[in-house]
Amino acid sequence: MAAPIETPGAQTRPTVKSNPRVALFATCLVDTIRPTIGFAAAKLLEDAGCRVEVPRQTCCGQPAFNSGDRATTRALALQMIADFEGYDYIVVPSGSCGGMIKAHYPELFADDPNLAARAGRLAAKTFELVSFLTDVLGVTSVSARFEGDVTYHDSCSGLRELGIRNQPRRLLGTVEGLRLVEMKDADVCCGFGGTFAVKYGEISDKIVTEKAGNIEQTGAATLLAGDLGCLLNMAGKLSRRGAAVEVRHVAEVLAGMTDTPPIGKASPQARSRATAGSKEDPA
Amino acid sequence: MSGTPTTRDFKANASRAIANTQLTGNLKAVRQNFIDKRAKAVHALPEFEALRESGKEIKNHTLAHLDLYLEAYEKKVVETGGHVHFAADAAEARAIALDICRKVGAKTVTKGKSMITEEVGLNAYLEANGVIPVETDLGEYIIQLRGEAPSHIIAPAVHLNKNQIEGDFRRVHTHLDPGRDLTEKTSLLTEARGVLRESFLAADVGITGANFLIAETGTSVIVTNEGNGDLTQILPRVHIVFASIEKVVPTLEDASQILRLLARSATGQEMSVYTTFSTGPRRPGDPDGPEEYHVVILDNGRSAMLGGEFQDMLRCIRCAACMNHCPVYHQIGGHAYGWIYPGPMGAVLTPSLIGVDEAGHLPNASTFCGRCESVCPMKIPLPKMMRHWREREFERHLNPAVARHGLGFWAFFAKRPRLYALGARIAMKGMALLGRGKGSFKSLPGLSAWTKYRDFAVPEGETFQAKWARARKG
Repeated sequence: MAAPIETPGAQTRPTVKSNPRVALFATCLVDTIRPTIGFAAAKLLEDAGCRVEVPRQTCCGQPAFNSGDRATTRALALQMIADFEGYDYIVVPSGSCGGMIKAHYPELFADDPNLAARAGRLAAKTFELVSFLTDVLGVTSVSARFEGDVTYHDSCSGLRELGIRNQPRRLLGTVEGLRLVEMKDADVCCGFGGTFAVKYGEISDKIVTEKAGNIEQTGAATLLAGDLGCLLNMAGKLSRRGAAVEVRHVAEVLAGMTDTPPIGKASPQARSRATAGSKEDPA
Repeated sequence: MSGTPTTRDFKANASRAIANTQLTGNLKAVRQNFIDKRAKAVHALPEFEALRESGKEIKNHTLAHLDLYLEAYEKKVVETGGHVHFAADAAEARAIALDICRKVGAKTVTKGKSMITEEVGLNAYLEANGVIPVETDLGEYIIQLRGEAPSHIIAPAVHLNKNQIEGDFRRVHTHLDPGRDLTEKTSLLTEARGVLRESFLAADVGITGANFLIAETGTSVIVTNEGNGDLTQILPRVHIVFASIEKVVPTLEDASQILRLLARSATGQEMSVYTTFSTGPRRPGDPDGPEEYHVVILDNGRSAMLGGEFQDMLRCIRCAACMNHCPVYHQIGGHAYGWIYPGPMGAVLTPSLIGVDEAGHLPNASTFCGRCESVCPMKIPLPKMMRHWREREFERHLNPAVARHGLGFWAFFAKRPRLYALGARIAMKGMALLGRGKGSFKSLPGLSAWTKYRDFAVPEGETFQAKWARARKG
C-alpha cells in the first residue's frame, strides 16, 4: 500500500536528494529485544521515499562510553564509522544512541584530526528517526490509525541532546483515532540511565515509580516514547505495579504496526498456548 | 562542619534516605519551591540565554588569568585598608581565622551563610578552641542547633519540615515561654530573629562568605534574603570574608552581569532581597562598618583543576539549580552524598577536592539525564565531567569488578559483529523460550538487580538483523 505521506514544499530544511540511501541502525536493544521497532522504522522511512538498508551492526558504544571505558568506545565508534559512513543518512530509532553518534563521536577523536573529521561527517548525517522524518524529510503526517488515549514520555537524550520534543507530538497528532494526553513532568528522567538502573537500582526504582504514577494518572491506555531503554524501564515498572497501561515505541504507532503485543505483554494466543502446554506438561 | 566524608557509603546513605518517609516528604519542597519559579523568571527575561553565554565568557576569561586577577584583587583590598590571606588548604584557612579571632580576643563569632566555612569545618574548629560560632542564616542556624551539615547549598535546612524545626526551637530556646505559639512559620522566624539579635550585638567577629570578589575595586559581594549577612558584617569590630579562589571576577560590571543570572537560577527572584558590596574596613567619617576587614581565600585543590578536564567546574556560582532539577537529588536529598556539596555540582566538585578514591560513587550516581546542564547559568557540562571522573576510575580500576567484567564480556561480542549476531540469536531464542507464554519475567538469573524492582520484557525471540535478512531475501 502506497502511503500518502505529505511533504511540504519550501521550508527551511536541508535539501534532500530523492530516494536517499539510508542505513538503519536499529540499536542493540531493538536488535535483540524488540525487532518490531526496526521494521516500523524501516516502514516509515520507505513510506517517505528512502531506500533502507541494514548494515551489519552491534552497538554504538554508549554503555562503554558512560562507564568510562574510552578504548572500547573508540573501537566500537570506529566500527560504526567504517560500516555506516558510505550511506546518505544514518537513522536511529533512539535519541540516546542517535545522540551518542551525533553529539559524542566527534569528541572521542579530538586527538586525531583524520578520525575526528570522519566522525564529524558521520555525526552530521546521523539522525534520530522521528526528527529525521520531520526535520530532514519534511514529513508532516502519517497514514496510521490507533484508537485511544496515549501519553508521551520525552526521553532525556533525545530531548536535551537533540532537541526532540514537538516532532513526535506533531506526527502523533495526525494518527487517526489517537488522542494525546500529556502527563505531569513528561520531560523528567524515567530513572533508566543505562547501567544506572542496575548499579543504583534503589534510586532508579524511586524515580521510575514516580514516573509510573504520572503515567497512570493521565488515564491513557498507552505510553509511548522514542527510546527502548526507557520503555523497558517504564514498562517493567508498570507491569510490576499491575498497571494496565500498554507500552510501545512511538514508531510502532506512527507506522501503524501495532499487531505485535505491547512491550512486556504476551499475545493472547501465546498465553493460551502456554496454558494449554502447561496442562500437558506440568514440569 | 565538614567532618569525615561518608561519600564511600553513598549507597547505604541513599538507602537510609529513601526509607525515611519524613525526609522524602520534606524533599518535595525542592521541586515545589524552585523549579517553576526559576522557569518563570527565566522566561520573563528574553536575554537570559545571552546572559548565560556572557557569564560563561566572563568566568572563562577570569580563570584563564586567575593569578593576575587574584593579585589585582589583593592589591585593591590592601589599598582600601583590608587584609588578604591565601590559604592552601582547610587547615590553613581555619588557623588564619582562629588567629584573627585570638588577636582581638573574640569570644563569639556571628556567621553569615558560607559554604567555604562548611568546607573547611570552621565551626567545629573554632568551638574546640574556645570561640563560639553562631550561624545567623535561618537555615544554617537550624542545622547548627541540630548538629547537622547543610543538605543543600542555598537552602541548608530544606530536608526539614516546620514541625521538626519547632521541636528544635522548643528544645534549645528553654529561656522562652513553653506555652508560646509556634504554629505559624512566621512565628519561628520571629523567634529566631529575637534570639539572634543578642548574638549580633555581642559578637566580636563576623564571618561571611562571598558570592564574588571584584578585582577592580577590592570588593566582596554577598547576596542574602534575610539581611542577616549585613548585621553579621557591620556590627562586630572585625569582618572576615571566606571565599575560594574562583570567586574573583574582573570588574563591577562583570559581577552585575552574573548577578542577573544568580538569583533567577537559584530561587527565581530577579535579585535577592539584599545584595551587599563591602570594600575595606570603616573609613573615617563612615557611619558604620568593621574596624578590621580580612579576606581568607581558599585553594584546597582548586588550582589543580585549572588547565585540566575539570576547569569548567570553577565557573560554578553556587546557585543550586543543578540539584533543584536533579531526579537523583529529589529522591535522596543532600546528606546522602556524604560531603558538603551535593547533587550534580557536588558529583563533579567533591572528587576534585577530596579525591575520586573517596568520592567515586558520586559521578556514577547519575542517569545523565542532562537536566542539570540545561539549567546551569554558567553552562557547565556537568554530565560530561562526571563521565571524565568515570574514565579516571575505569583507568585506575576503581569501579567494581563485576561491572568491569560485565562490560568486558559485552565489549568482546560488540567488537565482533558476526560472533555478536550469532550470540544474540542464540541468547534471544533462549530467553524467548524461557519466557514463552509470558510477556515479562518477574525474575531472571543474572538480571536480579533489574528484576528486584521491575519486570523485564520477554524478547520477541528473533533478532532484528536475522529477521530483516530473512524478510528481504523474500
